[in-house]
Amino acid sequence: MVTNITSFGRSGLSDWLIQRASAIVLALYTFFIVAYLLLNPNLDYMTWHGLFAQTWMRIFSLLAFVSLAAHAWIGLWTVTTDYLKGTAIRVGVQTFIILAIFVFLVWGIQVLWGA
Amino acid sequence: MSTLQVSIYRYNPETDSAPYMQEFQVDTHGRDLMVLDVLHLMKEQDSGLAFRRSCREGVCGSDGMNMNGKNGLGCITPLSEVVKGNKLVLRPLPGLPVIRDLVVDMGLFYKQYERIQPYLLNSDPEPAIERLQSPEDRDKLDGLYECILCACCSTACPSFWWNPEKFVGPAGLLQSYRFLADSRDTATAERLAALEDPFSVFRCRGIMNCVAVCPKGLNPTRAIGKIREMLLADAT
Repeated sequence: MVTNITSFGRSGLSDWLIQRASAIVLALYTFFIVAYLLLNPNLDYMTWHGLFAQTWMRIFSLLAFVSLAAHAWIGLWTVTTDYLKGTAIRVGVQTFIILAIFVFLVWGIQVLWGA
Repeated sequence: MSTLQVSIYRYNPETDSAPYMQEFQVDTHGRDLMVLDVLHLMKEQDSGLAFRRSCREGVCGSDGMNMNGKNGLGCITPLSEVVKGNKLVLRPLPGLPVIRDLVVDMGLFYKQYERIQPYLLNSDPEPAIERLQSPEDRDKLDGLYECILCACCSTACPSFWWNPEKFVGPAGLLQSYRFLADSRDTATAERLAALEDPFSVFRCRGIMNCVAVCPKGLNPTRAIGKIREMLLADAT
């Protein structure tokens, strides 16, 4: 029996599915932002602020942030289990990555809903 | 040019402190020999050279090796297919411990094969004569049962190099699907439960090195995709 306690979903199947679903969300979000910037060449602060003030955009952005957090956790966890063979350094790097993802997620939410 | 330059990996742990490459000049008389024939010509020059071989026709799977950077069976690989610039570099299969020269320790490879329980599991009462299978169900095993366990695919797989104790590897997973797909096997749920963790199947990143090197032309990546589909269908 192969065990794992620091992976995102504690299951290969769930990690695999989340990785694919989050990739689709991130692709859609990236496509939307790039298209929006191309369609608004003279973008000013008020228009940009107005976009992010709308509920649907906040939901879409939060979904993208959460997807990015999950996607990064699963991807980097895989990289650490491939290349870091010493347990102490692997667990240390995994802890650092998970903490960094948490900090970025909270920070992102604060940017979205902050003043 | 009928003299081929061969560079071969040599290592005898009893006498050598480290592995090294040895150069050979082999006279092929201009013939398009198989790589295994060249090894025999080299063994005439140096009888200490160690490699595995048996059937010499691509059936036993003994002489898997790395030829000019690509894994394959020496016995069915003609020089015209691998030699570039009259030079041939022979190394043991990558990623496995070397016992001597081209002979590798296949222990981890077999351990992963054993783990997928490569035999029929059936809890139904035994029939009087034999378990029957329809021709359509038998067809589902084509492209799966032909594997000769030469290890060319698993030793070409970076996921197997980094986690050979946890990732089953393409050869083992092809055989795992061979039994998952078999209508006479009733242990599907137990087999799937043992594969659901992040390593056994899901460490496959689909780079298809296994497909590129398989000397029997099999497709382990497709079998791994089918196992994922079965896991998904079972758990959602």
